[in-house]
Formats: sequence, structure tokens, C-alpha cells
Amino acid sequence: MSDTSQTSSWSYASAPENTDHIVLKEQYDLFINGEFIKPDSKKYFKSINPATGEVIASISEANKKDVDLAVASARKAFTSWSKIEPKERAKYIFRIARMIQERAKEFAIIESIDGGKPIRESRDVDIPLAASHFFYYAGWADKLEYAFPNKNPKPLGVAGQIIPWNFPLLMAAWKIAPAIACGNTVVLKPAETTSLTALKLAEVIQESGLPKGVVNIVTGAGKTGSEIVNHPDLDKIAFTGSTQVGKLIQNSIVGTQKKSTLELGGKGANIIFEDAAIDQAVEGIINAIFFNQGHVCCAGSRLFVQESVAEIVIDKLKDRMSSLIVGDPLDKNTDIGAINSKEQLDTINKYIKVGREEGGEIYQPTCNLPSNGNWCPPTLFLNVSQSHTIVQEEIFGPVLAIQTFRTIDEVIEKANNTPFGLSAGVWTEKGAKIFKLTQELNAGVVWANTYNKFDSTSPFGGYKESGFGREGGLHGLIAYLNVE
Amino acid sequence: MSFPDLSKIPAIDKLGVEERVSRFCKRSIKNAAKKHGLHLALSMIDLTTLEGKDTEEKVKRLCYKAGHLHGSLEGLPNVAAVCVYPNFVRVAKKELEGSGINVASVSTAFPSGQSTLEVKLSDTKFAVEEGADEVDMVISRGKFLSGEYNFVYDEIATVKEVCGKAHLKVILETGELDTLDNVRKASDIAMYAGADFIKTSTGKISPASTMPVTFVMLNAIKDYYKATGIKIGMKPAGGISTAKIALQYLVMLKETLGNDWMNKDLFRFGASSLANDVLMQLEKQESGIYQSVDYFSKD
Amino acid sequence: MERLDVLKTYKIFIGGKFPRTESGRYFKVEDNNGKLLANMCLSSRKDFRNAVVEARKAQKSWQSASALNKGQILYRVAEMLEGRKSQFIAELMMTGLSKQKAKEEVEQSIDRLIYYAGWSDKFQQIFSSVNPVASHHFNFSVLEPMGVVSVISSNESALLGLVSTIVPIIVGGNTCIVLSSENNPMVSISFAEVLNTSDLPHGVVNILTGKRKELIHHFASHMDVNAVSYCGEHDEEIQELEKVSVENLKRVRINRGTNWNEDKSQSPYYIERFQETKTIWHPNEV
Repeated sequence: MSDTSQTSSWSYASAPENTDHIVLKEQYDLFINGEFIKPDSKKYFKSINPATGEVIASISEANKKDVDLAVASARKAFTSWSKIEPKERAKYIFRIARMIQERAKEFAIIESIDGGKPIRESRDVDIPLAASHFFYYAGWADKLEYAFPNKNPKPLGVAGQIIPWNFPLLMAAWKIAPAIACGNTVVLKPAETTSLTALKLAEVIQESGLPKGVVNIVTGAGKTGSEIVNHPDLDKIAFTGSTQVGKLIQNSIVGTQKKSTLELGGKGANIIFEDAAIDQAVEGIINAIFFNQGHVCCAGSRLFVQESVAEIVIDKLKDRMSSLIVGDPLDKNTDIGAINSKEQLDTINKYIKVGREEGGEIYQPTCNLPSNGNWCPPTLFLNVSQSHTIVQEEIFGPVLAIQTFRTIDEVIEKANNTPFGLSAGVWTEKGAKIFKLTQELNAGVVWANTYNKFDSTSPFGGYKESGFGREGGLHGLIAYLNVE
Repeated sequence: MSFPDLSKIPAIDKLGVEERVSRFCKRSIKNAAKKHGLHLALSMIDLTTLEGKDTEEKVKRLCYKAGHLHGSLEGLPNVAAVCVYPNFVRVAKKELEGSGINVASVSTAFPSGQSTLEVKLSDTKFAVEEGADEVDMVISRGKFLSGEYNFVYDEIATVKEVCGKAHLKVILETGELDTLDNVRKASDIAMYAGADFIKTSTGKISPASTMPVTFVMLNAIKDYYKATGIKIGMKPAGGISTAKIALQYLVMLKETLGNDWMNKDLFRFGASSLANDVLMQLEKQESGIYQSVDYFSKD
Repeated sequence: MERLDVLKTYKIFIGGKFPRTESGRYFKVEDNNGKLLANMCLSSRKDFRNAVVEARKAQKSWQSASALNKGQILYRVAEMLEGRKSQFIAELMMTGLSKQKAKEEVEQSIDRLIYYAGWSDKFQQIFSSVNPVASHHFNFSVLEPMGVVSVISSNESALLGLVSTIVPIIVGGNTCIVLSSENNPMVSISFAEVLNTSDLPHGVVNILTGKRKELIHHFASHMDVNAVSYCGEHDEEIQELEKVSVENLKRVRINRGTNWNEDKSQSPYYIERFQETKTIWHPNEV
């Protein structure tokens, strides 16, 4: 008998998700007052598949008139939506959750085509979490007085919501679900590079029978966003995105009665102590920085390793990086997909260049990157310190900056030495150390012996320049309520 | 070799292990990769019979099966070894002569290991003298759980001496070790005491091999290799009954220890029914038709 | 011969000390008849800067003091105020309050101190949560103080307004820098004396006297201040405060037209407004 299996090395064949059943229109209109309508601007822009550079569909560019119309429809809908029986309100939202689950695969595939994230993540993380967010907040609709006893909670009115491109459907869910559960109506703008799943969600909302105008989805870029932010008839602005834009938004609503919540940037510290479960910590580092190509506001982009285990951890980290598969987002075996846009790739490459110029020691495993599309291999930098640009600024890509430390006080000081305060990670098997660190780290979310976990019941949001307000859980309700 | 520094053994976080394992299970293995993987799996099987009711006839049939897996499929590899009780080593050895298939024997008062060192050593000595190429010993779990790590270490080291040229696989019986931290500790003790392979289970205790347990042991092997330059083999045993599970183990092996370990010298499946399921899957790959167990010989 | 009164020199309160303003400037406070009551320190941005340094220095250890301890210290403040009630009543009367009003204001201030002293080891339980996540993790959310808070205190309610704004801030583990009532600043400095004899660690509360117009910008712009609390209805001031606070995304809390005499002007939500929510995850499988 011949026996080849002993000698040649084994590799996975490509396993692309079947996309035959996905139906996308060539052109997408605005979702206003329960209907898809052509934009007053008559302008459309192209949504590009970041993995191939191919055009997927044309998306409407909403102008001032379009936004006016959307806000007016939301305002009109608010009158009745805020007054219908809360338990009926709940049922609509439960129904949306269920319909997302029914069409989960379709959502996942479109999310990966449009945004470049690996199908494994859109299938296992984005879409299930989006559905569960609707499910969770649906249940709150008729229970709000238990969340705020004696405070007579009331909806705010109409909310303008602007979301980023890193978790397109999930962020839409984070924004829409609590808002409408509390009796508000919304005008939501997805990011211009990733509008498709929000528009698919509009289809679901239409099919669900949700009263017209409760959810309006207008597409466009920054200009459309600023029409929303500056619209005089909104009661609330909810934004997730960069700290820079968040400040601009906050600035422009000063002097108005608009409330705001901002989920902004981060530069999460991920801290590995010598007594950590080292192999799981290494996996935690991988999840912290390479999840969703590092396009994650709470990414663990600053790694602190205790000196006594630094060599081992870095060695294991490099090993693990070399087993990461970078490529076709639709391939079920892909670990790291495409960078969301050419612009973002340029930004990341700029930081990598700066990292090198400032003396950082770079490591990238060899990987075969496709020739078309936007790609960045998993990257780490050694020999950097707190004063290096790549340690201070949010890169929003698969780039990790590694520093070592000796003592607990030292690492706490360094971890907190940033204007951001969104997230942090701690790895140690010593209970007291976990409590000490989780207490001392100035961050809205602290993952101990895990990282990048999300749940609809778990409040998420930042300290300091990472923004204010919480999304998720009971704490996420107050952003959409007036209380006495 | 010397006793390992137990204070340096890293802790294990169970949830983290399970999360990593679930990633392995999500790898999609199709087409050529599947066929290649299944061939690889076949070549790594220790075809096993360890029953009280075993007879020479049963062992002979198993040996025949080992060399004649499935006539209708071209280019199939042999399994790696046949694994039997010591008293069947001689007959198995004879049946497998010239096939390239090894004979493995369990020893040291398998499966409980509850006996004196003398008995365990003579058990091993007998198996080796009968011609066993490989010896699968069990550790003293009772001693391990009561913290007598030196006892466990010494026992393995002594058995190793008796093995001579025969390869020593050390069964940790992870189903009795309670925690993954213990699995890791026992793995290190076994390797430092001279194991050529570490093995999860006897197959007599439930749970037998699981992916999390095997993953912890693979990591121990990796750390041992980094520390000493010595490559230790891994043998999950029991509970691996389908081709699908076997492929998931191979994914885990590849992504943890890399291609160097992807061969029968460093990885084995201890299994009795796995071979047939792999053959069924291969037949399906060839013909495109889903198969029935009735068309695959059971021995 | 009639005995000559010894007049009190009002200074400012920074880091547990009573320095004069580094600016050397002053402003007059007069009674309703135009009689000089005191020359108050006209605090400068440098006084504010110094106070921020002291507040920051004190913050961490104040935060980590036990809730019980914080409660007892605030209770002690109430005791000390009770003991000096007549002084405070007299001081409030000097600036025009009737005896009855002055007495009410002091007594309400004492009661409010006790109210929040009682919350010190309870508000966490109201606002914390264990979150039933769908994975094998123990997940909980707790409150943490924002850090250093600058406070533009009520102009009208010189003592009660001051107490009502700063006590919920500090009971939650923050430290603060307060600009006292501009119209009636004397009582705030006397209150500083009460604080300073009540075991309150130095720097937890810092009190400046001076002009809103000069200081408000700095209260909002200082990059080492985490939040700002404002009492009043002045739209331009509020707008400036909000605008300048954007630079480091200070949390801005406006008390517009709050009547501090009312019962609803005290609640644990006044504490919660100066807290961040921190959520912690940990695996719960072994």
C-alpha cells in the first residue's frame, strides 16, 4: 500500500460559504416612514466589497431634505408609538429579534461581503448578538418602572443615531433596540462603507409590521451625519465612532436640549501576569487584538507582559500568529478578513510606518495575502514605550504594541496613562490580584481572564475620552429615558 | 531527566481552553483536505481490543483488519499499531509480521494500576519479552491525587527502564484527574520521567479523551519541546469514534504542535470503531454516496 | 470702653490649608446696608490649578477609604456643623436672611449631610448589578467615582446649595474644587473650617471664593478634571461650560433652577450622576 499521508503536510482546502441564495438589489433607497423611497439628492454612492474591490450595490446619499423627511416621520410616529401599550411595543421588538434569527445566515453573509469580516465572526458573534439585543430590550418595554422606581420614566422623543462600520448590524441593534423599547422613535445612519445589513434590517422591520416611521434608516457619509446631528427636531444623539468625531458632535449640540451618548475610541491595556494561565492568556491576546481585524474600539491594542514571562509569551504569541489564516472573509476557515476600506488600510499602514520609524521592532508572520482587496497581516511591535505614537493612538487595525513591566503599581500606572478609558484585560490566577486590578484600571469594561466578550445584558461604555453613557443591560436604558 | 519544577507549571483556564477548542471544531475540512486528513487519521490509529472476553481468534481477526482495511479503496495506509493485553502480544506479533504495523501492549496492572511495583514491572517485562514494540502503562492516580508526585514519577521512570527499546506511552487516565490543572501537572511529570508518548485514557473510565484534555496535553508537549528539544508523542484514546471528531483532533494537533507532529511517530488515536467510520467517509468521498455500516467489516 | 470685635479674615481652602489667594486680589462683601462684611479672596486660575493638584492627590485614597468610613466622616461633619449652628445662622443673617430662614437653612444642611452619610454604604447596592450573560462568565457592574469634579455652587443657596451639591459628589469617592456662592461666599469658608475639623482628608474638598465670570472657563477646561457640576440658569455660562468641556469629554451636570430646600433635591441619583459604571467579566468554570 502506498502511503503519502506520512510525508506531505496537511493544509485546509478553501471552504467558502455558499452565496447563491443571497439576493442583493443593485440600488438601495432610503427607508423612511416604513417605505423605501428614492433620495431627494438623486445621488447614489457605491458600496465596495473590501476583499475584492468589486462594487456590490449603489446606496442612496441622503441630503438635508431626506433627513428632514425622516425626522418628520419619526416625530409623527412618536406620538402614537410612545403611547401604545408597552407590552404591545415589546411584541413588535420580539418579532424583529426572531426575524433576524430566521434570516441569520443571510445577514451574516452580507455582513462579511460588505464589511470584510470573517464569516465565522459575523455568523457566530455579530448576528446572534444583534438578535439577542432586540430580544433583551423587547422584554424591558413593559417593565421600565422597575428599572427606575418612583422615577416615572418617559421616552425622550426622537433619537438620531449614527453608527460605525466595524459591527454594522450589531451597532444598529445596540442603538435601535433600547431606543424603541423605551418608546422613542429613531433616525439611524449606518456608516457609508457598510450600509447593507442596516438596509436589510429595514426590510425585516417592514415585514415585522412595526408602525411606520418608528425606525427610519438614512444612508450617506459624514455630511448626512451632520444633517442629523444638527437637526433641530431631535431630542437625542447617539453616536458610536472615533473620539475625534464624537467631540465634533458634542460640540455642535452644545446649547441645544439634545441629550447625547458617545461610544468612542480606546487603547485597551491587556495585562498578562506571570501567574496567568499562559496559553489561555496568549489566546486572549489574539482575541483582544485580531478579532474583527482589530477594528474594535475596545481592542486590547496595548499589551503589558510581566518581565519574567515576556520571552515565553512573545514566543507563543508569534507561534499562534503564524497559525492565523488571513484571507477571503467568506471562507469558513478565515481568521482575519479584509480591512474595511482603502482609507482604513492607509491609516493602518501609516501607523505601521510610524512604528518602524520610531524604532519599534515589527513582527508579521508570513501569510499569503490575496492580490486584490484591502489586507493587513497580523502585526506586533516590540521595543516600544508609552511615548511611542503606536502606543498612544488608536490604530483600529490588527496591530499590537507590546511592553513589559515588573510590578503591579507600574503596570496600573502605565495602563491608566492614556486619555482613553474604554476597556482593559487582566490575566492572573490570583483572585486578589484580579480584584485589585479591576478596581484600579480606569476603564468601563474590564475583562479578567477573558477578552472581547459582549452580551446584551452587560453594560458597555467608556471612561474619560472613550465617551459617556452605557449600552447594554439595565444601565443602557437611561440613555433613552427622562426620569423625574 | 529530572523531576519537573512543579511551581513553574502554568495554570489552566478551563473556559479559555474550551473556547480555543471550539475554534478547532469550526474549521471546515472539505474535499482534498478531507481525504488527506482521513488517510492521516487512519495511519495514526492504534486499533485496540482490551476486553476481558478477548481471545486469540479475536486478536487475529483484528490484526487481519489492521492490514486489510477496506479492499475497495485504493492507496489506504495501514493503521499504526494493534493494541492488546500482554498475553496476546505474541500472537499479534506473529500475525503482523512484515506488515510494518506495531504491536502495543498495555501493562502495569492496566487499567486501574492498583498493584505493587514488582507486579507492574514484571507485567511490563513480560510484554516486552513477548515482542511488544510499544508499552501503554497507567499512572497511579490515587498517589497522584494524594500529592505523591515523586512516587508517580519514580514509577514511570522505573517502567521506562524495563521497556528498553519499546516505546513507552503513559496513560494519565484524565477522567480521574478532576481538573485540567492536574492533567497538565501529570503530563509534565510523565514527560520528565521518560514517557515517549502521553496518553489520555484507558477507555475504561468515562469521560475518556476529550478535546480540552488533549489540548492541555498538547500544550504541555509543546512547552516540554521548547524546554528540552525533545518531541513527545500524544495519544488521545477512547471517545473518538467518528471521522469528524478525528479531523477536529487533527486540526487541533496541526494548529498547536504543527506539521512535525502530524505523523504516527508522534500522534496516535486509541480507538476501536474509528477506523470503520473513517473508511465510510473515504468511500463517500470517492463515490459521492452516503454509506452504511453493513458494508464495512467489524472485527 | 466697649470691646472691639475681632474681625474674621476669610481665606480660601486648598488641600486642607487656608492660604490667601496667590493673586493677592480681593472683593468686598457687604450687608444690605452697604456695610463691609469681609474682604474675600478673589481666586485666580492659579488657585484653581493648585486646588486641582490637591484634589487629584487626595482622590485615590479617598476613593479607597471604606464606605463606612466615608459615612462616619460625613456624619462627623454634620456633628461639627450642629455644634456651630449659631455661628452659621448669624453669618447667614449678616447677609440678609431672616433668623427663621437662616435657621432652616443650617438645619436642612445638617440633615442633608446626615442623609448622604447614610447613603455612603448603600447607593452601590441600588445601582450595581449582576448581569446574566449568556456565556460561562460571572459578569457584574459596579459604580466608580469619576475622579475630580469642579463645582460651580449655587449663588442663592449659599450653605444648603453648597452642601447639597458637594456631599453627593464626595460621598461617592470623588474629590472636588468648589467655587462658592458669589453673592454670599463667607459661609462657604466657615463651612471649610467645619470640614477641616471633621477628619475629612485634606484635598477632598477645596473651596475657592471669587467670580464665576473669571473662573468658569478654567473649571471647564482643566484637562485633569473629570466632571463639572453647575448650579444656575445662566444660558451663556452653561453653553461655555459645555463647549469647553468637550475637549476632554468632561461629564457636565447642570442643576438648572433646582430648589435645594425641597425633599426631591436629595436622592441617590445625585450620587450616581458622578459615578462611572464599570463592568467586569470573569470565567466561572474550573
